[in-house]
Amino acid sequence: MEILIYGTINSVALALYALGFAMVYGVSRLPNFAHGALYVLSGFITWTVLNTLGLNYFLSILVSFAATAIIGALIYQFVLIRIRGMEISEIIASYAIALAILEGMRWAGFKGMNYTLPVFIEGSTTIAGVTVDVHRLIVVAAGTALFGLLWVFTRYTRIGLALRGMAQDERAALMLGIDSDVMAVVAMGMGSLMAAMAAALLLPLGNIVVESGYNVLILAIAVCIVGGIGSWGGAVLAAFIIGFAQILTVVFIGPHFQQVVALFAIIITLILKPSGLFGQQKELEERV
Amino acid sequence: MNVTTEQMRRERIDRGIKVRSDGLYALMSWRELSYLMTPRTILIVGMLCLPLLMPGAYWQRVMSIVCIYAFLAVGFDFLAHYVGLVSLGGAFFIGVGGYFSAILNTTFGLPPLVAIPMATIAGAVLSTILLLPCLPLRGVYFAIVTLMYPLFAARLIEAFDMLGGTDGIMGLDSFPNPMLEQYFIIGMLLMMLFAMRRLVNTDLGLVFRAVKDNDQAVRASAMNVTFYKALAVFIGSLMGCLAGACLAHIYMWSGISQFALDFSILPIAATVIGGSGTLVGPLIGCLILVPASELLRDFGTLRIAFYSLILVGFIVFRSDGIMSWGQRKYEQFERWKKI
Repeated sequence: MEILIYGTINSVALALYALGFAMVYGVSRLPNFAHGALYVLSGFITWTVLNTLGLNYFLSILVSFAATAIIGALIYQFVLIRIRGMEISEIIASYAIALAILEGMRWAGFKGMNYTLPVFIEGSTTIAGVTVDVHRLIVVAAGTALFGLLWVFTRYTRIGLALRGMAQDERAALMLGIDSDVMAVVAMGMGSLMAAMAAALLLPLGNIVVESGYNVLILAIAVCIVGGIGSWGGAVLAAFIIGFAQILTVVFIGPHFQQVVALFAIIITLILKPSGLFGQQKELEERV
Repeated sequence: MNVTTEQMRRERIDRGIKVRSDGLYALMSWRELSYLMTPRTILIVGMLCLPLLMPGAYWQRVMSIVCIYAFLAVGFDFLAHYVGLVSLGGAFFIGVGGYFSAILNTTFGLPPLVAIPMATIAGAVLSTILLLPCLPLRGVYFAIVTLMYPLFAARLIEAFDMLGGTDGIMGLDSFPNPMLEQYFIIGMLLMMLFAMRRLVNTDLGLVFRAVKDNDQAVRASAMNVTFYKALAVFIGSLMGCLAGACLAHIYMWSGISQFALDFSILPIAATVIGGSGTLVGPLIGCLILVPASELLRDFGTLRIAFYSLILVGFIVFRSDGIMSWGQRKYEQFERWKKI
């Protein structure tokens, strides 16, 4: 029972990490290696606004959402758009941006264990004999709500439909009057917003540390690859597979191996079925 | 309608001497010969003089580190721009080479100059075998997986607490004397560099470039793409493992920090700045970046941020790099021409 509950929580967390990355890659084929950096950046913005400017917690979270989304969109508009389509350059540039953000924050003094955000609601409850923090339950609820909203957004709004159109066939989308550059900026902004949302939900559970930027990136990539890039349902399923695998490893083997699971999952998936569990791309394009 | 829109464009034409010295005619006069020889001589003599010109032991050490990074950068450049395998995991090769050399030296008691070559070859074999499953992947996928490898290795060593665990393996022998250390590394680097330049122009190099440009065509020619990729990874990891083995003996220590991000990102930055696809460019990039990052050591981690930004600037605005620019100036002249 413990495994079931904590596995679910962990899986939702993983899915939250991956959502923004999956969105950006799905729409504009840009592997956004700065995703983890944006996640941590948003946490620090919240912390700074909350503790330095002394704003309300809820308001400071909103400020960090807006700031992160704008930063993401700006990064795309001024840097990444110029090297669109050049895979090597895209990876290196977005990775370098991530490093610049993360190491810049480390230099600015955000290091150590003393940066924490308060949880939304203190306390814990008992479900089926297992004690769970209320905040973790909020994570699951909010995460599920977010997936639902996103599903509605991509199916019933104009921008959402445009994004899906871009993801499916960019040229056809162009012919139907969808400006692909604008949409790519929107996608990047939304991807960053989702990183910020994940940060707001998950960071109160631990410390804000710069290193988590790299971990989030790896986990996001792991989930996206295992699930199949371009398939959000696959990403959620993959999040559950990896999430439960991680919890099972922690329980039965040892906490050291938690990270190793994600890496193993990637390598095995890439070898057996490189387009992922529900990948919609042709295999031939990805491997020889 | 009397609007004249006279536009000019820049035309680049090969210099006469470049054309003359391309073929056998290069042997006809000293001028052509020196045109060909000058850049190479400057490089070789310059590299050989560097240790003598350095003001102290500290900067001599920095020069060794420059060469370590240069090995990685040349390897990265070869894999990325001649075979099309973008490997973000240079640190993996460093770590594998370093640990192999450390084991050979401490456990079997081999002297550094024997342990290094053995570690290089053994490490390259091991790296190739470990990367073998990922070789069918292309582009982004290969980059992502190689990015994982060093992290994976560090975590495994931590988790199993093997090979000295988080402390690493200590007490390696250093090189007999600092000058030997410097010249061993510089000599190997120059040798590797010119060997690589020669390799990419052989038939094998042609196949490598074909793998990069159109792997389906290679397959259609009844050649095994994965075999050639494995061969390329072996060559690339030879250089990485050699660098790692030397590094372990320079610091007399081998540990999980050899799987650190620095070894993955700096060579890439050096390649982009120096000129990708030129093989010499990465060396020049390292000669600029590594001393610069030593000078910036006071700023702590800001220097990583600093050279990441330089990297972004170069990749977006000057993606051909210093070496390509220099080569163009050396081989061609420009003039304005009416359209």
